[in-house]
Amino acid sequence: MSIFTVILSRAFKAFLTLLAIAVLNFCLLHAAPGDPAVVLAGEAGAADEQMIEQLRERFGLDQPFYVQLGKYVGGVLQFDLGYSFRQGAPVSELILDRLPATLLLTLTAFVISLVLGIAFGVAASARVGKPSDSLLTTLALLFYATPLYWAALMAVLVFSVWLGWLPGFGYETVGADYTGMARVIDIAKHLVLPALTLGLFFMAVYMRMTRASMLEVSQLDFVKTAKAKGLSGPAIRRRHILRNAILPVVTLAGLQAGQLVGGAVLTETVFAWPGIGRLMFESLAARDYNTILGVFLVSAAMVILFNIVTDIVYRLVDPRIGARA
Amino acid sequence: MTKLRATTFLIAATLAAPLAAQQEGGRLDIVVQPEPPGLMLGLVQNGPTQLVAGDIYESLLRYNSDLEPQPSLAESWEISDDGLTYTFNLHEGVTWHDGEPFTADDVVFSADVFLRETHARLRASLAYVESITAPDDTTVVFQLKEPFGPFINAFEAGTMPIVPKHIYEGTDYATNEMNATPIGTGPFKFETWEKGSYIHLVKNEDYYLEGKPYLDEVYYRVIPDAAARAVAFETGEVDVLPGGSVENWDVPRLTEMEGVCSTGAGWEFFAPLAWMWMNNREGPTSDVRFRQAVMYAMDRDFVKDVVWNGFGKVATGPVASSTNFYSDDVTPYDYNPEKAEALLEEMGYDGAPVRILPLPYGETWQRWAEAVRQNLSEVGINAEIDSTDVAGWNEKTSQWDYDLAFTYLYQYGDPALGVSRNYTADRIKKGSPWNNVEGYENPELDAKWAAAATMVTPEERAAAYAEIQKEIVDDVPVAWLQELEFPTIYRCDVKDLVTTAIGINDGPRDAWIEE
Repeated sequence: MSIFTVILSRAFKAFLTLLAIAVLNFCLLHAAPGDPAVVLAGEAGAADEQMIEQLRERFGLDQPFYVQLGKYVGGVLQFDLGYSFRQGAPVSELILDRLPATLLLTLTAFVISLVLGIAFGVAASARVGKPSDSLLTTLALLFYATPLYWAALMAVLVFSVWLGWLPGFGYETVGADYTGMARVIDIAKHLVLPALTLGLFFMAVYMRMTRASMLEVSQLDFVKTAKAKGLSGPAIRRRHILRNAILPVVTLAGLQAGQLVGGAVLTETVFAWPGIGRLMFESLAARDYNTILGVFLVSAAMVILFNIVTDIVYRLVDPRIGARA
Repeated sequence: MTKLRATTFLIAATLAAPLAAQQEGGRLDIVVQPEPPGLMLGLVQNGPTQLVAGDIYESLLRYNSDLEPQPSLAESWEISDDGLTYTFNLHEGVTWHDGEPFTADDVVFSADVFLRETHARLRASLAYVESITAPDDTTVVFQLKEPFGPFINAFEAGTMPIVPKHIYEGTDYATNEMNATPIGTGPFKFETWEKGSYIHLVKNEDYYLEGKPYLDEVYYRVIPDAAARAVAFETGEVDVLPGGSVENWDVPRLTEMEGVCSTGAGWEFFAPLAWMWMNNREGPTSDVRFRQAVMYAMDRDFVKDVVWNGFGKVATGPVASSTNFYSDDVTPYDYNPEKAEALLEEMGYDGAPVRILPLPYGETWQRWAEAVRQNLSEVGINAEIDSTDVAGWNEKTSQWDYDLAFTYLYQYGDPALGVSRNYTADRIKKGSPWNNVEGYENPELDAKWAAAATMVTPEERAAAYAEIQKEIVDDVPVAWLQELEFPTIYRCDVKDLVTTAIGINDGPRDAWIEE
């Protein structure tokens, strides 16, 4: 099967999957206790029947369940994610508003974790049993085991409150109105702590996986052949072992990449980062149905998309996969 | 004679000092939590919305800490002797933020058309109103059907925000595009809203009070994590933490910092009172002896001192002591586990489980529920905590699916506005958490609540409310817990930050920064 037909058949399956996810999300959300009209009325500090009825009518909650579901799915098929009555804006606009900040944070963390994770993993595997390997492995275990929330707060305490090196939260300096390079630097400074906090956890995972996989592959026969051919150690590791050892890392990276758009609720909350994770969490608390469904659907689409991308990367990294299929 | 002279001097000094010292300019960063869903105060009346939009929109009056009316959009006002006619004379030369003139027509439109449709709490007060008219551009007359003492308290910005007629008349209010860029008459104008980060307001250069506001701009900062909010204040990123922004145990640490001040003032109008609803309809909580046992079983002083770090005051009944018509002539419920056990034995409590529903507003409330559960267990009540999120809490309380449920309610300056709604039978309605959720029915008291609301003189009303308080406290329809205090923490160089009974919810109109 050529890559083109693979993509086509995957795209069709992806479409069906997404549709099923949309329906399932909708049903699950409506099955959860809580009613957006009652939440809004509750926040107002007073409510009467007239108010609740007005709100329910506006949200379309006065209609039968299947009508609501039909309208929602119909909208999704036309790429319309609906309107958030709570926030008074189309859902797509709300998501697009938050997308740049989220992607900046998650992509940076992704790149940091992937590059450093693989590099440290390869380095550790070349020094098995030596002190530098133990140090890297221990550090990775520490990063992996530290709860994100705690690590984030400690990072703020040390680097922002005590040392005063970096801003502790936010996306940029509020009210500074920087432009050009000054703004880029300002945002970068704000990005350091959240991106590192988020990235270190995944870095640890990639590192341990790369190291283990490298060691496993290095026991295989073709490595012996390569050695017998007289290739140097680094060349074997890079060209032969790493290429074979990287498949599980690609799988994991694909999974992580799929979650990039969903944001990182904890990191975004502690660092007051204006991303999609928080939008989702706050909408969930208020039962802002359309917004939650929108975020879920976009995240699901991304997961599916990156699964397809992962499959393609597999084939590029290891041509045998395509041949077997 | 010396004494008199000293006093005169003091009065003169206090009057003169602020006039001489106010400095112009500067910026204030205030925490807003959670992020408001919108800023159109006529449509959304939750706390965060009012905190921000209270700078943009105004009403006819403001209230000082003794809850006496003060001028706002109305320069002066008059109430007829029969208590039926309220005449307001508006400031002249007031303009909306878009430059259009503000007139009495805007007031009539807001109160009679817009808010009647959108504002449930005001609607209850407007039921007493026969007509609202504008004889000329600067006069508004509210004609009542019968006297309604608390009506003078209805002209607060969150209760009756005046909205621009030229923008809203004939439109669908909820989806009007101008909701995103609110236009008011207040001291600050809307500038930008970076969703998830901050809301930026700037000085209204055309404000009708000479010289005000003093500040150039105000930033409302959205910081979702309580610990991060404390850090933001510590590192100087924000200047003001409105009440409830940080967990109570962080308050002493922050207020001990150099140059940091705090005040409990600015909550007199809302006077939040916390209690547990006890389901009067079914289960052990339907027995008055059980409800009294709950009152005696709770060590409320412990909660105040430990869970609330000493902030607040143990409640004696349904009316907060800082508001009008409070009476302390009621049966006290001191911590007395033996008495609680005796009451439980007398009623023959069989150990049936009781669910406690905490208020999902952060750690303090969670710990409070745990403290109560332990107190109840100590006297043999089989209590368990049934936690949920905000939407779940709203659903469970408004559908009466609970045994004991934590809540707190604003009193809005008068028992007829903020207290009776929780106890009269006509307010037993499923679907809202802000009424008689416990299902308490007492027709005799219902009649007394109704009569007290429409009495003309404050003396008559005080006597009537004292009688109601005495009776209802014996019935214990709910377990009154505490008059809450949410200290506002700010840098001491910010002056005149809290000048009214709703504090910074009225906006920093009078605030200035000392250099």
